[in-house]
Amino acid sequence: MNTATREAYGQALVELSKNEKIVVLDADLAKATKTADFKKVCPERFFDMGIAEQDMIGTAAGFAVSGKIPFASTFAIFAAGRAFEQIRNSVCYPKLNVKIAATHAGVTVGEDGGTHQAIEDISLMRSIPNMVVLNPSDDVEAKAAIFAAAEYYGPVYIRLGRAATPTLHDENYKFEIGKGEVLKEGKDVAIIATGIMVAKALEAAEKLKAEGINATVVNIHTIKPIDKELIVKVAKETGKVVTVEEHSVIGGLGSAVCEVLSQELPTKVKLIGLNDTFGQSGTPKDLLEHYGLTTENIVETVKSF
Amino acid sequence: MNIKELKEIAKKVRVNIVEAVAAAKSGHPGGSLSVADILTTLYFEKMNVNPENPKCEDRDRLVLSKGHVAPALYAVLAERGYFPKENLKSLRKLDSMLQGHPDMKSTPGVDMSTGSLGQGLSAANGMALSAKLDKKDYKIYVILGDGEVQEGQIWEAAMSASHYKLDNIIAILDYNGLQIDGSNEEVMNINPIDAKFEAFGWQVIKIDGHDMEAISNAVDEAKSVKEKPTVIIAKTVKGKGVSFMENQASWHGTAPNEDQRKAAIEEIERGEA
Repeated sequence: MNTATREAYGQALVELSKNEKIVVLDADLAKATKTADFKKVCPERFFDMGIAEQDMIGTAAGFAVSGKIPFASTFAIFAAGRAFEQIRNSVCYPKLNVKIAATHAGVTVGEDGGTHQAIEDISLMRSIPNMVVLNPSDDVEAKAAIFAAAEYYGPVYIRLGRAATPTLHDENYKFEIGKGEVLKEGKDVAIIATGIMVAKALEAAEKLKAEGINATVVNIHTIKPIDKELIVKVAKETGKVVTVEEHSVIGGLGSAVCEVLSQELPTKVKLIGLNDTFGQSGTPKDLLEHYGLTTENIVETVKSF
Repeated sequence: MNIKELKEIAKKVRVNIVEAVAAAKSGHPGGSLSVADILTTLYFEKMNVNPENPKCEDRDRLVLSKGHVAPALYAVLAERGYFPKENLKSLRKLDSMLQGHPDMKSTPGVDMSTGSLGQGLSAANGMALSAKLDKKDYKIYVILGDGEVQEGQIWEAAMSASHYKLDNIIAILDYNGLQIDGSNEEVMNINPIDAKFEAFGWQVIKIDGHDMEAISNAVDEAKSVKEKPTVIIAKTVKGKGVSFMENQASWHGTAPNEDQRKAAIEEIERGEA
């Protein structure tokens, strides 16, 4: 089944609406971010802030000061990008209990093009002290991540996608902030992926197996705090690491993995992601292919070691 | 509290400001002195607060959106009994409870962390919306700078406060006319500032920001306004109370040296109460 992580966000919010502390803010994108699902069941705790992302984040901070649990949503480019300094100074500096659920991350935004495709948001968000950064791989994990974010006290950035992607987890899946997930075990290489690239990493592992290469596949849904222990463990077991993300290779998952390994266990790492380039218009599928965010490229990269 | 008593306290607050900034050897005395009478009136006369229980749920809140005048807020909070006055000398020092800009995690009585200009009104709106949801009738006071309203986010927030009919927001604009690079007129003209707020749907009250009776009356008037937020445009003098600092943009962010400190304290103390 293919479902977008933003769909799961809307469903999670509807379930969370029973909690009277939950308030939801949006910046005129409620239908796209799926916060409109919450508005439908709980209009009194839904606040449209208009096309004013900086004010939305500041308002969310004020709600949090008053004991509410605000979820603020817009596209990732406008949340992490436009409102960066509001997130830094009004939310993270005082460690307020604000959740920023940013949808339409990465190039799979598609036809809207490069202006709307956030490829730096993980980098921006993980550099802020006190911030937790989550990047779920499918709808089941997205829902679990939203519930975990609501339980956790403090700022959380949740990266969500526009496009429908395969469901990898079943309903019994247990999600824990900061704990990576081993989806497949192999001795030859570790493929560490995040977000929608986890499904492609699994496909690549299947193809590699047919060629006699056994890959470990790790899902890093929590970019920060990152699961150092697991990353070091799989690097030790395989000696070769490939990271895969729908994000710039500067500052994202690949960088975070290198920060761990360079200090704990120097290991050769190959990074798959956007190579210091903006996206452009196109279908999500064409864009993923154009930028090498494909099963084939993961296979080729593994074989190039 | 009568006006004479309030003025006596404002004098002590001004002394606290000068002492703290001088001890820190950095900070913002000019704007701190211009807002001193406003903050003194609010914390000693108008606001429902309890220094024994700074987080009391039903208290009035204050967001110092022009966060660089933290010395004025700290001076008032210390005078009001939130923490010992000796602590004022630790302003801006390593591990101090008194950070260069207000930090709600460090200082009792600080309701919101601020400092990056333009962000405080949005946070105040969040508090005001939350109060409405909870059916609480406390007020949220927001101190804005005249240079600060050049920030676009202020106008996003001004629109939101009006859209959501936040009559529990009382903003006070400390209109001293000066910012770092010079006068508002030279740097970036903000006028007609009253018409701008009116056009955004706000109630506007204009007063002399050093007339404590006028401040008190304006707050009472603001409290009676229904269905819309109020801004009190308070005309003030930057550096008020220390003649060599008055109306000098150069005293925006400069600390007095030892001689200047002594002269300033002497002048404040002999000043008319």
